[in-house]
Amino acid sequence: MPEPFQNRGPRPTIYESSRPGATCVCAPVADTRDASSDAFFGDYARQAAPALPQVSEVEIMRHYAHLASMNFGVDTGSYPLGSCTMKYNPRLNEWAARLPGFAQLHPSQPDETVQGALQLMYELQQDLCEISGLPGVTLQPAAGAHGEYCALMIFRAAHTAAGNPRKKVIIPDTAHGTNPASVAMAGYEVVTIPSTTDGLVDLEALRAALDHDTAAFMLTNPNTVGIFDPQITEITRAVHEVGAFAYCDGANLNAILGITRPGDQGFDALHINLHKTFSTPHGGGGPGAGPLCVSAELCPYLPGPVAVRTETGAYARKNPDKSIGRVRSYMGNFAIFVRAYAYIKMLGAEGLRGVAEQAVLSANYLRVIVQDTFTVAYNRTCMHEFVLSGANLKAETGVSTLDVAKRLLDYGFHPPTIYFPLIVSEAMMLEPTETEPLAALDALAEALRAIAAEAKSDPELLHSAPHTTPVRRLDEAGAARNPNLRVVQGFCS
Amino acid sequence: MAIPAELNYTEDHEWVKIESETAMIGITDYAQDQLGGLVFVNLPAVGDTFAVGAVFGEVESVKSVSELLAPLSGKVIEVNAELESAPETINNDPYGAGWIIKMSVSDPSQTGALLDATAYEALTA
Repeated sequence: MPEPFQNRGPRPTIYESSRPGATCVCAPVADTRDASSDAFFGDYARQAAPALPQVSEVEIMRHYAHLASMNFGVDTGSYPLGSCTMKYNPRLNEWAARLPGFAQLHPSQPDETVQGALQLMYELQQDLCEISGLPGVTLQPAAGAHGEYCALMIFRAAHTAAGNPRKKVIIPDTAHGTNPASVAMAGYEVVTIPSTTDGLVDLEALRAALDHDTAAFMLTNPNTVGIFDPQITEITRAVHEVGAFAYCDGANLNAILGITRPGDQGFDALHINLHKTFSTPHGGGGPGAGPLCVSAELCPYLPGPVAVRTETGAYARKNPDKSIGRVRSYMGNFAIFVRAYAYIKMLGAEGLRGVAEQAVLSANYLRVIVQDTFTVAYNRTCMHEFVLSGANLKAETGVSTLDVAKRLLDYGFHPPTIYFPLIVSEAMMLEPTETEPLAALDALAEALRAIAAEAKSDPELLHSAPHTTPVRRLDEAGAARNPNLRVVQGFCS
Repeated sequence: MAIPAELNYTEDHEWVKIESETAMIGITDYAQDQLGGLVFVNLPAVGDTFAVGAVFGEVESVKSVSELLAPLSGKVIEVNAELESAPETINNDPYGAGWIIKMSVSDPSQTGALLDATAYEALTA
């Protein structure tokens, strides 16, 4: 009798499945004369056929359908990965991005032949400016960290123009890891300041660290423990008093959409993760986009080109006066802009505010129904996410947060973000987003409760979890210590 | 969690073994347990000097990268090069084969600021 889920285990790669001679397409024999590729391409003509896998169409379909069935995504189950805002990606976005008038453009086409695409980017820029409260934006950065790095280069250009490029950037200890990484990449020194016992910025520590060699202060607001910093205007004022820039990491923008604007809070720059807040696909689902919004003072330094509307009403691509240069090929990941634009226009201003309200309500509902099972760090009304600590469970049963996360897979949930933020021991950071139905939140809480009970009755079950997934517990330390990077016939395998 | 009585400790979860003018330094059992499986150790060079509190190296686990802070001022006289190929030695034997560096101590009076085993145990309780 066949084993259930027989198709779910690992299979050979598409290259390993190659059968010489198998093919999907029977191309007709070339009947053009003088079609010598040697004559046309000279030394660049390929002498050997490319080592592509040779398989039939049905084999390709089964191969990728199988991989898709092994995958876990937001289309298959709840994905409460904190700070990643794994919301559902509406199919309307996909329809819009596949419209031939968008999908078949080439970015090198002259402006007059791509007016619709330029108008879309111009209007998306306008919408992001309105949402952020900042007057300038570049759509080019391909991810949030790319937006951070771009902002730091703009800060350096503006400080250099003012006579002193400055040396350091201040970051609180709750920051996303990309913040200090971007700072180091941009050639600034990272200065970390501690948080208060409430998980907020320690204003005295910030004031003590700020000086005229400070280029910027980077803050995620609401922060990674899901709390909006009520001192925010005082914080940005203190930063400006020494001539530094206030940078907002927009990872958590989903919580404040349409309610408050980073520009109004005194921030000079903000990146927006379209793949978080504006429902474009994450990671392997498609390229990201991390547009960077800036204050009027910083607009001249933006990477170019940006989409502009000319006096005649036509749309064009233009480089800002003192542009730091291009940070991405062409205009950025255009098909992602189409998806974000579709999402914004579908919801409208009131709908976007509703997104934030529902996301905050969902997080608070989940926080309250799990607090009898796990300790909530900084337990108070939260924004879009909150952090649990598994420290008590570990002390009582030896079951770690990693074990709990792996066991959640057996219950059909993607684990939350674990061991982050670093200031919470055995941390689990949960962000349900506005798109999870109430029943899914209840089921997640029930799974966490069941796992906590299992930790007491059968800890070994959790140490060895997951038990039902196509791939079981990975030896992460072993993989990092002894990476096996084989190269076979020119392919990584 | 093992906390040998004969060692001194820091609030940053390092241990220090003072032998006349030299100090052997590593991270505690608690620290290795919190970090999880170590995958990389970044060591200083012999001859490097560090002031107390300065970053002298890094340990990386599957969870995070943590800086190693000099518990005393001094000069590095020996490093445990074994850790470069076998960082897991720290997980397996944090107080023995998993030692990280030896320093010649420039200001012995700084040892007064280190914690004893009782104080460190209270810190991690």
